[in-house]
Amino acid sequence: MVSNSGESKKLNWQQLLRDDRFWKIAFQVITLALVILILGYFLLNLRANLARQGISFGFGFLSNQAGFSIGESVLEYRPNDPYGKALLVGLVNTITLVIAGIILATTAGVSAGVASFSKNWLVHKISRAYVGLIRNIPLLLQLFFWYFAVYGLLPRPQDQLNLGNVIIGSNRGIYLPWPTSNGLLAWLGVLVALIVAAFFVWQWRIKVIVEQGDTGQKQLFGLIAIGLVGLGIFLFALGWQPPTVQEGGGATGGLRLSREYVAALTALVFYTGAFIAEIVRAGIQSVSRGQWEAARSLGLASGLSMRLVVFPQALRVIIPPLNSEFMNLAKNSSLAFAVAFPELYSIANTTFNQTGRPIEVFLILMATYLIINLLITLGMNTLNQSVQFKER
Amino acid sequence: MTTATPDTVSTAPEVKRLAIVPWLHKNLFSNWFNSLLTVVVTAILGYAAYGMVVWGFTVAQWVVIPNNMGLFMTGLYPSDQYWRIWLLLGIVSALAGLSWGMLARNLPTLFSRNVLIGFAVVCAGFVLFPPTRPSSPKLLLMVAIVAAMAWAGRFIGRSKPGLGKWITLLWFISYFIAIWLIGGGLGLAGVSTNDWGGLVLTLLMAVSGIALCFPIGVALALGRRSSLPVVKWLSVAYIELIRGVPLIAILFMGQVMIPLFLPEGMRPDRVLRAVIGLTFFSAAYLAENVRAGLQSVPRGQQEAAASLGLNTPLSLTLIVLPQALKTAIPAIVGQFISLFQDTTLLSIVGLAELLGISRSILANPSYLGRYAEVYLFIGVLYWFFCYAMSLGSRRIEELLNTDHR
Repeated sequence: MVSNSGESKKLNWQQLLRDDRFWKIAFQVITLALVILILGYFLLNLRANLARQGISFGFGFLSNQAGFSIGESVLEYRPNDPYGKALLVGLVNTITLVIAGIILATTAGVSAGVASFSKNWLVHKISRAYVGLIRNIPLLLQLFFWYFAVYGLLPRPQDQLNLGNVIIGSNRGIYLPWPTSNGLLAWLGVLVALIVAAFFVWQWRIKVIVEQGDTGQKQLFGLIAIGLVGLGIFLFALGWQPPTVQEGGGATGGLRLSREYVAALTALVFYTGAFIAEIVRAGIQSVSRGQWEAARSLGLASGLSMRLVVFPQALRVIIPPLNSEFMNLAKNSSLAFAVAFPELYSIANTTFNQTGRPIEVFLILMATYLIINLLITLGMNTLNQSVQFKER
Repeated sequence: MTTATPDTVSTAPEVKRLAIVPWLHKNLFSNWFNSLLTVVVTAILGYAAYGMVVWGFTVAQWVVIPNNMGLFMTGLYPSDQYWRIWLLLGIVSALAGLSWGMLARNLPTLFSRNVLIGFAVVCAGFVLFPPTRPSSPKLLLMVAIVAAMAWAGRFIGRSKPGLGKWITLLWFISYFIAIWLIGGGLGLAGVSTNDWGGLVLTLLMAVSGIALCFPIGVALALGRRSSLPVVKWLSVAYIELIRGVPLIAILFMGQVMIPLFLPEGMRPDRVLRAVIGLTFFSAAYLAENVRAGLQSVPRGQQEAAASLGLNTPLSLTLIVLPQALKTAIPAIVGQFISLFQDTTLLSIVGLAELLGISRSILANPSYLGRYAEVYLFIGVLYWFFCYAMSLGSRRIEELLNTDHR
């Protein structure tokens, strides 16, 4: 547009003010400028403050000697290892807590969610009460309750609880049997192979039953045989070592779970389980009533129609919110710090206290939790794709 | 669609009320598996209940609760200034009664049988429950204020219905009065934030966090849905970064890092720092809830608004947001409930809110090992407030429900 007269220039200015496109660009420029100004102001202050304290930004401190000891760790760790190693130990502790938590919380949540559809009035009410109670009480309070009020009641090692030499518990920790066979990995591989084989035999059985009207008895025997072999391997070849009682209290061998770990795990499982139960309930409710009725009219019992017809359809609705619940569990595992379980956050906190480097430690924390959450999302997305509608 | 009305009005079949024995048979003993389940569950429940009763009446030493009631409620607040907290409670009761009366102005009877029973139970509880017995006259006065103001509110609401919207303004003003009453200044003796604590601090931080995170969350959600790339990517970056980190890291580092980002010597109060941390954390989660609500509004609504000549800000505030927020109420209240629960994390940072003051009480040698009693007591308090919030959200949903069903 070319215009020379002053009047049309004025008009252009008014047109500009009324133009949506102008405002869109102006708004973005102003927002960006404001954000840059605020961030710049903060960063300038940060530089001045750090310079005054004589700290320069950098991750070099990670190779310095940590000098503190860690109560429990899966990895080998000594106090003269560097900070980086200490943080890694914390990360591994977090991961053991998160993985065990996800497995147990899913089990608890799905059971409670399905139980809320029970025909049995008592079971239904218990499931509702569990969800209504646990979801409305802060996790940290529950954690303290389990750690101090429940597991705090465990006796001293001298008069420890002993359940048939299989589980031994005292306030030092809880001992469970643990496989110690030398060829543990190989045997686990065999077990996985057996499970895969059983899955294919199961598919084959359903195929012959559906397509050939066969009874599928041959395949059933095959499944039973696989099951027996698997059970035999599980019981005898893994080299389960039960804990052994020591003279004067305490125990050795087996798997030792500290009181902190068990309390954190219990609190996380109960809390997350209640949220998962609600997700599962909503998912099952989202399956239309007609599906139930159709399954019933085909003669399936109510347990079977839940397992074969309703639940697989509900999974499509359940998995996306389940993903964010697992992410919450991963983030909430940092609360274990409050009962002195040496997980990632707790180690990071000690590192910060000793080195006085809040920015670097915070960046490491942020990156690590982001990666954990991304991994969870990745896994759940894969799972989600497998339960989507298979349409032609 | 037919417009003819049916000749006979069909009503839902009458729900048969079963007698006890058929009810038991249907709900608990319908087959052998159910019967077994019922027996086993009843046995476990009975055993647990028996254990609880025995513990509660013989082992537990409940004296820790009434002896420390002042600490639980207000922390280390100076006891000669307690009247300020009572005055605050009175103001809140009056406002609550007024709002209730105005909302319920169209009900035939304000004090129906159920409400009267509720009042009676609450009053009896205040008089009989040992921890509240010493201050029961004041608490009964509060109940009386609620009832009187509800009656007055109903009267005002009926004669001048237009006054209803001023209630919101009153609540807004009362927040600043609350801060003035708690903190002092302007003629009242100042009380340092180090002495704020207990339930009062928990509620104050939760209310502040909720009030602050709501506008930020809505703005972030709108930003994330915006067609302007700069606004969109800034919002996405903020939301995803905050949601990736545990709250405790944000709170703890917030206590350390906020002073680092400010000029030398400027150090916000630690309660303020805590509220800032809570707000920024919750805003990111709230944004996602609001975004889900925004996505549920059909595109046609925005287009219809645009074709009526509304510009983007107007169509957002008048057309899209009201619908989106209505759908998102359960999720938003859920986020408010978790913000309320998240205030417990501030006990780790060293604030004496309800959980923090409980830990200090438990550290007192004369109450050593009284974990179960104290944690059960404050658990009931937290449960009560969270449950009240979710109940309130269900009521608001019913009120705002405009579906023609």
